[in-house]
Amino acid sequence: MSYFIQQLLNALQLGSIYALIALGYTMVYGVLGLINFAHGDIFMAGAFFGFFIAVMLKLSLIPTLLLAMFLAAVLGIAIERVAYRPLRKAPRMSLIITALGVSLFLENFTRATLGGQQRSFPKLLNVQEFALGGATVTNLQILIIVVSLVLMLLLRYVVQKTMIGKAMRAVSDNKEVLALMGISLDTVVMATFGIGSALAATAGILVGMAYPVIDPYMGIAVGWKAFIAAVLGGIGLIDGALVGGLILGFVEIFAAALLPSTYRDGIAFAILIIVLLLKPTGLLGRPVVKKV
Amino acid sequence: MSKSRSKRLGFWLVILALGVGMEALGQFEIIDGYVMQVIELIGINIILVASLNLINGFLGEFAIGHAGFMALGAYISAIGTVKFHLPFVVALLVGGLLTAGVAYLIGIPAFKTFGDYLAVITLGFNMIIVNLLNNIEYVGGPRGMVGLPKSTNFLWVFATTILTLVILRNLVYSNYGRVWIAIRENVIAAEMMGINVNRAKLKAFAIAGFFAGLAGALWGHMLQYINPSSFTYLKSTDMLVMLYLGGLGSLTGSVLGATLMTGLLEVLRDFGVWRMVISPLILLIIMLTRPLGLLGNREPRFVVPKEPKAAEEVSHNVPAAR
Repeated sequence: MSYFIQQLLNALQLGSIYALIALGYTMVYGVLGLINFAHGDIFMAGAFFGFFIAVMLKLSLIPTLLLAMFLAAVLGIAIERVAYRPLRKAPRMSLIITALGVSLFLENFTRATLGGQQRSFPKLLNVQEFALGGATVTNLQILIIVVSLVLMLLLRYVVQKTMIGKAMRAVSDNKEVLALMGISLDTVVMATFGIGSALAATAGILVGMAYPVIDPYMGIAVGWKAFIAAVLGGIGLIDGALVGGLILGFVEIFAAALLPSTYRDGIAFAILIIVLLLKPTGLLGRPVVKKV
Repeated sequence: MSKSRSKRLGFWLVILALGVGMEALGQFEIIDGYVMQVIELIGINIILVASLNLINGFLGEFAIGHAGFMALGAYISAIGTVKFHLPFVVALLVGGLLTAGVAYLIGIPAFKTFGDYLAVITLGFNMIIVNLLNNIEYVGGPRGMVGLPKSTNFLWVFATTILTLVILRNLVYSNYGRVWIAIRENVIAAEMMGINVNRAKLKAFAIAGFFAGLAGALWGHMLQYINPSSFTYLKSTDMLVMLYLGGLGSLTGSVLGATLMTGLLEVLRDFGVWRMVISPLILLIIMLTRPLGLLGNREPRFVVPKEPKAAEEVSHNVPAAR
């Protein structure tokens, strides 16, 4: 039983990190219909921002987090400005391949300038352990879960209640009418990339603290997993990212716990495929009716 | 008629001269072994990219797990030559055919979805294939297989590449190709025309799988060593980059994209780690200036069959959709 609770906590931790990153994928997808493959690398960049802020400026956890979120938001907006905006009228596939190019560029640029070795992330928190029904919980795990949850609730509030959130939903509904309503598409897209990137940076720092090494290629595997989480829940849907992220976290942790750990990725993908076959547009997605 | 026949003869003569000429240059070491291997790699990449183009360019789906099929071809053929001591040509064909079979089987569930969901499923199968190969001790698990015979040489790659391109070109301009393009342009309209969409998609998927399997087999017997980590999504990403660089729906574009990207990575080898920074930058600049890739979906005139003849064929034939 205590083993089960332990795994449950691990799954919750991994799942909320996936969910945080998946949110960025799903928001950009909802607004532009673009799979932003560079998103995993913004997650990586966020971790590195956090690393340098903590090491060089010696800030504590909260200021580090906020400054890194800001820098990642700037990076995300800059990428959109330089690489995606000129292609907004181009076919979708061109945008996707450009995103792949940006992704490769970010990874390899980081590697070329900072080196490919793993760096251990500075301790921003004195890790303490608590006993919970026979399992041990660390304050770090609680922090990860709480921070993710708070940010997701905040995002929900922004999207549902604020003007910019309404504008975002309007964009994903109908771009032409949006312009007639006097809303600038560019502003909405900027806000989307900014928020998504800031969330990814948060995830980057949380991962840096939990698995205390970071390297330039850390965004690839996590990025793909988060993308899969977004699709699993129904891409374009904010609740979908949360559901998909948590499910993927649970599946991975429990597949690793019950089966030889080398099968972990294989099982995760097998379940993903089964879910998509039963619900082809994701768990929360509505069926798409195609018209001629 | 005789004019077109002599043109066709001319084409094959040029190809033959090119193949024999290059082989001779390699034999007399005017082109050194390293450059020859790069040329072989270009050929293999052309096969991969052209077959991926069949799905992504002509059928209009978005498959991003092509490296999985390459892995199957490489492993099956390696089992053939290493464990059963089959002749290379047999192993090559078995690798291609079995990969086509697996592609067909994967396609049955995969094509129940479309768009980005299909992308995720193809990627998922790629990951599952790599994961299984990592766990099967018979093929060496994560260590992979060593001691493959050095069977791949320039002539093998050259002949397979040319055959792949000719077969794909003929398919694309046949009734099959028209069916695929109809599906790409409008699925529902294609269905209304009496096309069995699912069956047509599965055919394309199996054919693409066959050629990807061949390419994998050639690749394995070129390097004489294969392991699962060579076939992850990174490999699939490489193929996508080459495909979109050249242009979707253009076989000449696939040749151009694969040649340029493979060549570029070799030329930039002196730049060390910066090589991997420069090549995506070049890709970005090309995509920003030519969003449809270098060739878009155009083909040079010698690739496209004569129009009046093609029109006549269409008017006489119901799309072959079985």
